[in-house]
Amino acid sequence: MTVLVAVTQAALVAALLVAAYRPLGDHLWRTLTGERHLAVERAGYRVMRVDPDAEQRWSAYALSLLGFSTVSVLAVYLLARWQDHLPLSSGVAAMDPAGAWNAAVSFTTNTNWQWFSGESAAGHLLQMTGFAVQNFVSAAVGIAVLAALARGFARSGTDGRVGNFWRDLVRVCVRVLLPLSVIGAIVLVSAGVVQNLHAPSELTTLAGGAQHALGGPVASQEVIKELGTNGGGFFNANSAHPLENPNPWTNAFEVLLLLLIPFSLPRAFGRMVGDLRQGRAIALTMATLLTVATGLLTWAELAGPGLAPAAAGAAMEGKETRFGEAASALFAAATTGTSTGAVNSMHDSLTAPGGGVALVGMLLGEVAPGGVGSGLYGMLLLAVVTVFLAGLMVGRTPEYLGKKIGRQEITLVALNVLTMPALVLVGTAVALVVPAGLAGLQEDGPHGLSEALYALASAGNNNGSAFGGLTSGTPFWNTLLGLVMLLARFVPIVLVLALAGRLSSQRTIPAGPGTLPTHTPLFVGLLVTVTLVVVGLTFVPVLSLGPIAESLA
Amino acid sequence: MSTTLTTRSSVTTTERQTARASSALSARQVTAALPAALRGADPRRLWHSPVLFVVEVGAAFTTVLAVLDPSVFAWAITFWLWVTVLAATLAEAVAEGRGKAQAASLRAAQRQTTARRVVAPQDVLEETSGLATLPTTEVPSSSLRVGDVVVVVAGETIPSDGDVVEGVASVDESAITGESAPVIRESGGDRSAVTGGTVVLSDRIVVRITAQPGHTFVDRMIALVEGSHRQRTPNEIALNVLLTTLTIVFLLAVATLQPFAAYSGQPQSLVVLVALLVCLIPTTIGALLSAIGIAGMDRLVRRNVLAMSGRAVEAAGDVDVLLLDKTGTITLGNRQAADLLPAADVPVDALADAAQLASMADETPEGRSVLVLVKERFALRERPEGELVGSTLVPFTAVTRMSGVDLAGAHVRRVRKGAAAAVTHWVRSTGGHTGDDVRATVDAIAASGGTPLVVAEQLGDRPARVLGVIHLKDVVKHGMRERFAALRSMGIRTVMVTGDNEATARAIAAEAGVDDVLAEATPEDKLALIRREQTGGRLVAMCGDGTNDAPALAQADVGVAMSTGTSAAKEAGNMVDLDSDPTKLIEIVEIGKQLLITRGALTTFSIANDIAKYFAILPAMFTTLYPQLAVLNVMHLASPQSAILAAVVFNALVIPALLPLALRGVRWTPGSASALLRRNLLVYGLGGVVAPFVGIKLVDLLVALLPGI
Repeated sequence: MTVLVAVTQAALVAALLVAAYRPLGDHLWRTLTGERHLAVERAGYRVMRVDPDAEQRWSAYALSLLGFSTVSVLAVYLLARWQDHLPLSSGVAAMDPAGAWNAAVSFTTNTNWQWFSGESAAGHLLQMTGFAVQNFVSAAVGIAVLAALARGFARSGTDGRVGNFWRDLVRVCVRVLLPLSVIGAIVLVSAGVVQNLHAPSELTTLAGGAQHALGGPVASQEVIKELGTNGGGFFNANSAHPLENPNPWTNAFEVLLLLLIPFSLPRAFGRMVGDLRQGRAIALTMATLLTVATGLLTWAELAGPGLAPAAAGAAMEGKETRFGEAASALFAAATTGTSTGAVNSMHDSLTAPGGGVALVGMLLGEVAPGGVGSGLYGMLLLAVVTVFLAGLMVGRTPEYLGKKIGRQEITLVALNVLTMPALVLVGTAVALVVPAGLAGLQEDGPHGLSEALYALASAGNNNGSAFGGLTSGTPFWNTLLGLVMLLARFVPIVLVLALAGRLSSQRTIPAGPGTLPTHTPLFVGLLVTVTLVVVGLTFVPVLSLGPIAESLA
Repeated sequence: MSTTLTTRSSVTTTERQTARASSALSARQVTAALPAALRGADPRRLWHSPVLFVVEVGAAFTTVLAVLDPSVFAWAITFWLWVTVLAATLAEAVAEGRGKAQAASLRAAQRQTTARRVVAPQDVLEETSGLATLPTTEVPSSSLRVGDVVVVVAGETIPSDGDVVEGVASVDESAITGESAPVIRESGGDRSAVTGGTVVLSDRIVVRITAQPGHTFVDRMIALVEGSHRQRTPNEIALNVLLTTLTIVFLLAVATLQPFAAYSGQPQSLVVLVALLVCLIPTTIGALLSAIGIAGMDRLVRRNVLAMSGRAVEAAGDVDVLLLDKTGTITLGNRQAADLLPAADVPVDALADAAQLASMADETPEGRSVLVLVKERFALRERPEGELVGSTLVPFTAVTRMSGVDLAGAHVRRVRKGAAAAVTHWVRSTGGHTGDDVRATVDAIAASGGTPLVVAEQLGDRPARVLGVIHLKDVVKHGMRERFAALRSMGIRTVMVTGDNEATARAIAAEAGVDDVLAEATPEDKLALIRREQTGGRLVAMCGDGTNDAPALAQADVGVAMSTGTSAAKEAGNMVDLDSDPTKLIEIVEIGKQLLITRGALTTFSIANDIAKYFAILPAMFTTLYPQLAVLNVMHLASPQSAILAAVVFNALVIPALLPLALRGVRWTPGSASALLRRNLLVYGLGGVVAPFVGIKLVDLLVALLPGI
């Protein structure tokens, strides 16, 4: 019965994703390539004093993006530092410097790691003008970078021009994220999610006890939190909180929102490079990996290995009874497969293998399907690696989508492949050596290691979900994770944009029977394997001391 | 002098053939390469391959650890890490060693000789005639500069590369090409280039030197086959970048493992960590990468092709368009009689008989082909000498464009065969006429790209009558159709280049199965075609020999100059074919592809190996800490130490085990990219996953017998 429920809700989400693939993908494509500007967009360009039709070279594109993100970090930092002096603070205190830095970086990098409880540390103003704005623009930044890379593949023989950052940013917000959020918020509100500007109030219950009633602009935050693969919860309990996620239907809807854009972007990409089959192959690769992860996680939670679940009869610790194991497993797989990080159960309390799967979902580099834009560009870089390794076996020097992968291209990709494991492994090692790091861990042994590794994997992949058990609100953890989030987001972005520039200046080589086909099931299988072997194998040693040891116990 | 020379060159040829025949690895080759392998282990030289450098640093580190804290295990690991380093440098040394034999035979041709330099002012030397009579002075060949003019007579060795400016001679080029039949070299035209070290067999030629000392063709060949100045190719460099990155990733993974292990309560011994690192980094492909590149060049040399840059060999694998000259490459080079078409009322046997008679005096290849046709098709044997006594042979001349015979008898029987216009003219001059049917046949043959030859006879003084038409056509070489089909399946388009008119060219193209033709081609057309293809992003290969081919050869991504060609052509191309066989272009493409496939296959194999190594090493490292990890020991290796040692030993042994494959190149058959990928993934991908499980288990069975492990 539970298996049937698990399969049904996953199938329902999958069916809706398949249905959305074409219309939303095409809409994203029109957004990123259309010539016409909307009136509201033109007004925006005038305010920002930018020419939306001026094509930028990759370096100018990157500088615009970095400049914009720097301003974003500063703005959120100042809001967090001064929120007690600003209106709508609902009596929340200002954040300390390390905490404000962490929060600012976290939301600007689309990570949305929260060392704090949303309801007690972030006032409504910070939520709405800081976090919510970043939820939109950081998602748009990811899609913009993807658009630049897609143009790099699609264009031939330019001088490295990859589009206009401001135009991509504004269009994605105005034409995709805002309209979808409005629709999504209305759906959520109608299903019982809160949307007001009330401060917390004390109620007396029927039994005479005191209860804390919370309010706030929850639905509007909730929808973009998922749609933009952000993940910061309005409440500490995140999507396990009944005011964020009241029932199984909203739960399925939220899972759908998580996966909607990441799974539709491959279609937009396919259209941009003029070959829909290429987009489909990438989407299938993502789907394969996510299906395997969901299957394993669901199996782990339903089978409930371990002493406590065996004693209790089911692995229900840390899970909402409203959703049950299967829905929690689906949500966990989707939130770690995308770089969202919203949770509807406590990942610390997942079974050992289940937690391991969630961890691996992030450690693969958030590519199945990953964050909005970032998941796809990450997967495309892995496709380049795949072509480079296997492409030689057809007797030609490697090429992907008509572009030769030479020394400079592979160097950019290789640096990218190197960045994430370096940040996660070195970060975790530092945390496990420094006393201030160790102080944050609740457990010893494999589970303690998993807590630290999970935090760094989450920050290093801009996921933002927390394993729990880790007290991360200390200056050490806030500084370390902030640094890791920042580098994990912007080092790859700059490398990807540089790659986009190089690709767009290359001439496109027509495909023939001698070229490695990159749209076949064989290639999908190969890409899945490379993702698991090249990225996954790096983490096998540390995983064997954490979740693997714990699972086999 | 002359005798010794002959002996020497015949020995050279045999040596070369032996080298060509055995591409397998012999124990002697390995022993000979050992000193070079030890030199190769110099860290300053190993630095260019970061994968191997890391192995060497690891080996040095474990040596120190083993000295400080000796144990059988530490020493065993140390020993095998050094074996890994040496196996890697040995692979490169063996690959280089195979070129050494060839270099030695070339050096023999390069020895110091005396040259007779013409002494005259510069402006006189620039003349192209009358140089042979000028005074000469004897100078050592090494002192010759570009622009010097030398005289070489029969029996002498040509002192340096140059162009014949006066005279004609037969030259023995066996020292360079291995081909013992002498070739003709003459001034002017496309057969004027001579190579230093070759021997003039007859006559006397005046040669203008075109190469500086130390930069002659032979010098370049020696450098190439020895691999002494081998430049790493673009794809090799790119692959090295990726391998270096993987090395750094694994370095981080292993370096950070120690704090994780310490946190978990069991810090690892440094020897074990180094062993894990060396097993994980892609040592197999790192060790064989240079050998694969050198062996690829070597395979070309064995087919008598010299690539002036490794880049060209790689480009050969990427070629999309092959420009092939029609004559000599696609067709046999001259037209041959293909059919006899009799006029109305004439039996075909009568036409055959007349055609044979008329061709007896025709010494041209076309004429001989008529004799072959009637013999094969109509069983007409050659006429005995006696039958034609008293007859007058009328040989073919360019003026009459006819040949034939006047047979003695009661009435003189005149048989003629020749170009349609010439024979029609002759028939008309005797009062005869050509029938409409014959005219139609002639037109049809001409339209199909063939050449019609009309046969007519005249008895006595009666008007001559036309017997029929011989259809001459270009004959496509045997097996070309299949080769072009194979190329097409690999995505390579063939374009036939010919001076023929469009109709003729199309007809031959259809028969040979080429994809496109460039008819009535001038060198400019060729160049334009190459540029056009390159603008479309395609890589073009071509071969050529004439001076007017030079611009196109230079423009092409792979330009193969014929060794018989001019110096200009040889300078312009990036490869030289010593056999001057234009068909070789196809083999060059195959070698290029094989080189890339071998590289890809061994990279895949190397990375796939890591899975099994994890299963061997990780449980060995952590089973005492977490006993539950024992289930990962799927190979049931004897003990933690034996497991780690077995993985290291396997990792070292797999390098020499795969060396023959790296040198030979992986098996390759033409086919679509998908088919190739599927097959290679199955063999090297899946094989790379499975093989180490078996290998490590087997090594473990032996290693477990070691005392102290």
